[in-house]
Amino acid sequence: MITLRGVTQRFGDEVVLDGLDLDLVDGGLTVLMGPNGSGKTTVARLLLGLAVPDGGVVSGLEGQRRAAVFQEDRLCEHLTAVGNVRLVLGRTTGASAVVSELRRVGLDGESLVKPVRDLSGGQRRRVAIVRALMADADLIVLDEPFKGLDTEAKALVMAYVRERCDGRTTLLITHDPAEAEWFGIRPIELTRRGTSEPSR
Amino acid sequence: MTSTTYPSASTRSLTWRFARPALVLAFWVGVWQVATVVVHQEILLVSPAGVLVRLAELIPTAGFWGTIGHSFVRISAGFLLAALAGVLGAALAATSRVVDALATPLVTAIRSTPVVSFIILVLMWADSGQLAFVISFLMVLPIIYTNVLEGIRHRDRSLLDVATVFGVPLLRRLPAIDVPAVLPFFVAGCKIGVGLAWKSGIAAEVIGLPRGSIGEQLYQAKLFLSTADLFAWTVVIVAVSYGFERLVLALLTRVQIRLSRGRTT
Repeated sequence: MITLRGVTQRFGDEVVLDGLDLDLVDGGLTVLMGPNGSGKTTVARLLLGLAVPDGGVVSGLEGQRRAAVFQEDRLCEHLTAVGNVRLVLGRTTGASAVVSELRRVGLDGESLVKPVRDLSGGQRRRVAIVRALMADADLIVLDEPFKGLDTEAKALVMAYVRERCDGRTTLLITHDPAEAEWFGIRPIELTRRGTSEPSR
Repeated sequence: MTSTTYPSASTRSLTWRFARPALVLAFWVGVWQVATVVVHQEILLVSPAGVLVRLAELIPTAGFWGTIGHSFVRISAGFLLAALAGVLGAALAATSRVVDALATPLVTAIRSTPVVSFIILVLMWADSGQLAFVISFLMVLPIIYTNVLEGIRHRDRSLLDVATVFGVPLLRRLPAIDVPAVLPFFVAGCKIGVGLAWKSGIAAEVIGLPRGSIGEQLYQAKLFLSTADLFAWTVVIVAVSYGFERLVLALLTRVQIRLSRGRTT
C-alpha cells in the first residue's frame, strides 16, 4: 500500500503540507479534494517522484510504474494525438490500438491526424487522459482530469476512466464533489495547511 | 464597354518576391558604378563591369575551381566539426556540472581571444594547410556551444516531467521533446556561425598563405595591386559563403518541418 506519514513540504517560508497522513486504496480509487493552495498537486508530485518531502515518509512507491494526467495537458505540440500516446507506450503498442482508444473518448478521424496544437482544449484533455490510462502503470495520478470537458464529453470520459482504472491504484484529485459522488467514493479533504480529514 | 483583368494578389506577391532582391541588387550595383565614375581610378575602385570581366576570365580555368575547393573543404569541415563538437559539448555540460564548470571559462576564453592570436599560434604549431580548418572550427565552436546549451536549458520542464513519470527512454525522448526545443537555438547559431567561419577562415588564409587557397589569391591581388582580382575573389567568397549558408539552413529547415509535421503513428 502506498502511504504518506507525517509528510511536510515547504516552498520557502510557506508550509504547503504539514504532517500529512494519507493512505491510497491498494488497487482502487482514492479521491482527494481541497481548496486552492491546500497542497493537492504537491501530493501528486510526491507520489510521481517529481518532488522529495522536506519531512515525513512516502512509502510503497518502490518499483511502481507511474502514469499521470497533470493539471495542464503537457502534450508534445508537434506530435499527433497518436504520436503523443505512443511516445509513452513505445512500439510494443500498435497505432491501431491507440486509435481505437482515442475513438472511445470521442476523438474523430480528422482530429487524429492533426498535430495536437491544432486540437481544441477538450480534445487535448482527452489525449492526455488516454495517454495516462493506456500506460502500463501500477499507480495512476489524475490531477483535475476532467477540467475543460463539456458535460457530454465528461460523462463519456468518466466512464472510460472508471473502466480503465479498475484494479489499479489511482488517485483522483478534484474540486468537484459531484465527481467523487459519481465514482461512489467518499473523498479525503485536504485542509488549508495540507492535513487530511475524511469528508463529511 | 471594355473590361480590365488585374493580376491576382498571389501573382503580385510572387512577382514582388523575385523582383525585390533584383531591384535591391540593381540599386547597389548602380551606386557602385556611380562611385567608380566619381573616383575614376580603376586601381582604387574597379567598376562592376570590370569585376564581371575578370570573373568571366577566371571561371573557365581549372585553377579557379581548385582554389575554391581548397578553401571550401577546409572552412566547411571546420564549421561542421565545430557544430558537432558544440552540440556534444553542450549536451555534456547540461548533464554534468563538472563539465559545465570546466568548459564555460574555456569557451569564454576562445570567444574573447582575437582571431589573429589563434592564427599566429596555429602557424607556430602546425602546417598552414590546416589553418583555415582550425580557425573556422575555433570561431564557430563557442557560438554553437553557447546557443545549444541555452536551448537545452530552455526545454519545457513540464514535458521533461512527463518523460520522467512515464519512464520514456532517452532515444524516444530526444526527437519528441529535446530536439524540437533545441533546434531553433542551433539554427540561430548556425546562421551566425557560417558567415563567421568564412570570414575568419579567409582572414587566416590571407595571413598564413596556404598554397592554392582563396586567401593566397587575395594576398597576391594586393601584392600586384590587382583591384579587379581582389573584387572578383571577394564576390566569389560572398557567393560561396551565401550558398553554403543557404544549404545548411535548407537542411535544418527540412528537419524542422519534419519535426513540426509530427508523427501520425
